[in-house]
Amino acid sequence: MSHDQDDNRTDLGRPDLGRRGLLKCMGWAGTGALWTMSGGVGAAISLDQALGAPAKAASFSFLQISDSHVGFNKPANPDAAATYREAVAKISTLPQKPDFIIHTGDITQLSKDQEFDDAEQIIKAAGLPVFYVPGEHDMLDEGGGKAYLDRFGKGTKGAGWYSFDHKGVHFVALINVANLKPGGMGSLGGDQLEWLERDLKGRPSSQPIVVFAHMPLWTVYADWGWGTDDAPQAMAYLARFGSVTVLNGHIHQVTQKVEGNIAFHTARSTAFPQPVGGQGPSPGPLKVPTEQLHSMLGITTASITRGHGPIALTDQTLADPTLAS
Amino acid sequence: MNKILLAGAYALALAMGVADLRDLAAYAAPAVAAAAGPTVKIDNFVFGPEALTVTVGTTVTWINQDDIPHNIVANDKSFKSKVLDTDERFSFTFTKPGEYGYFCGLHPHMTGKVIVKAG
Ligand SMILES: [Cu+2]
Repeated sequence: MSHDQDDNRTDLGRPDLGRRGLLKCMGWAGTGALWTMSGGVGAAISLDQALGAPAKAASFSFLQISDSHVGFNKPANPDAAATYREAVAKISTLPQKPDFIIHTGDITQLSKDQEFDDAEQIIKAAGLPVFYVPGEHDMLDEGGGKAYLDRFGKGTKGAGWYSFDHKGVHFVALINVANLKPGGMGSLGGDQLEWLERDLKGRPSSQPIVVFAHMPLWTVYADWGWGTDDAPQAMAYLARFGSVTVLNGHIHQVTQKVEGNIAFHTARSTAFPQPVGGQGPSPGPLKVPTEQLHSMLGITTASITRGHGPIALTDQTLADPTLAS
Repeated sequence: MNKILLAGAYALALAMGVADLRDLAAYAAPAVAAAAGPTVKIDNFVFGPEALTVTVGTTVTWINQDDIPHNIVANDKSFKSKVLDTDERFSFTFTKPGEYGYFCGLHPHMTGKVIVKAG
């Protein structure tokens, strides 16, 4: 599915590699993507690959989970908490323990206290630190995001943005779901962009950067608002760095794109799938037969091994007997 | 038909006296608006109708028919709903003429407008 979208893209940064060489299907199963940092190059491998294969040489790894939508109980998935629990259970059985998890937003369905409580309880089972950014579903309390900030926003700035360093890699958490403008897509806003410029200033261009935010930081499908209006300004600040990996959620499917030294990637949801941009009446939940749901959630990821090999995208289902756990 | 009804109402008004007509209007207006006011349905991430024309005093009701929550936010922030989950509604009474653009605060590419004409 993601391949159809990729066919419309130009990979400006890697003209030497043909489309097939750059984006190649690999087997992958799992509800999250396991990220391995190796020499500053992000590599996503599937949970099941990680469970089965010997760990690659890596200084550390971390995990991305997205769009758990705890509280969602509509036909597309009557129990989003249960599938979130399954995803988290996979993490705790990994032979190589990730250093931490990033959750790229839409933790809850409706920002209710009970939903946040449940979500925290579920991910606690992984026994790992979690770094969050909110999705638009996490901004629905009376205070317009106050509930999220009270829980997860300690030490953050503005609507909740922050950065940190881990083993030489600089991580930047951006918020693009606050103060949205009529007719627009995601938005970072002037204050956050100024902060980002200052945050990056003085860092050597050789330092690997990982940026994460809920909505895609490139335009995946404008008609459905799948992008961030002022992301180009952020990318201008990031362009001088040799290795930038941008991790997003929101669209409940894997897509990726490489532009210069910046690799963009969106992760699957642990709650329900969404259609490919434009291929359906709306970006609402994609309803699939019950026996298919599990496989649609568990089955997609990307491998990014820039410098070592091609960026890999994967579409397979947990129903595949070789992948079923 | 309208003429006959109007004539009937006018005759009734004459019979009741002007003050009584005002009372009648005060009673009738809110009840009629709540029961039969125009609705905007949210379906597949679209406000329908996208543009709605009403007269001053009209109460407009939005109904979310999607499986995903939406809300209603006036571009000028003059009104804002709480989040509407599936089948939930939000009503707002327009008391001043004008053009009121609005959008969904979760999915801002969703936009609509209410054009309020003087009665
Ligand atoms: Cu919406």
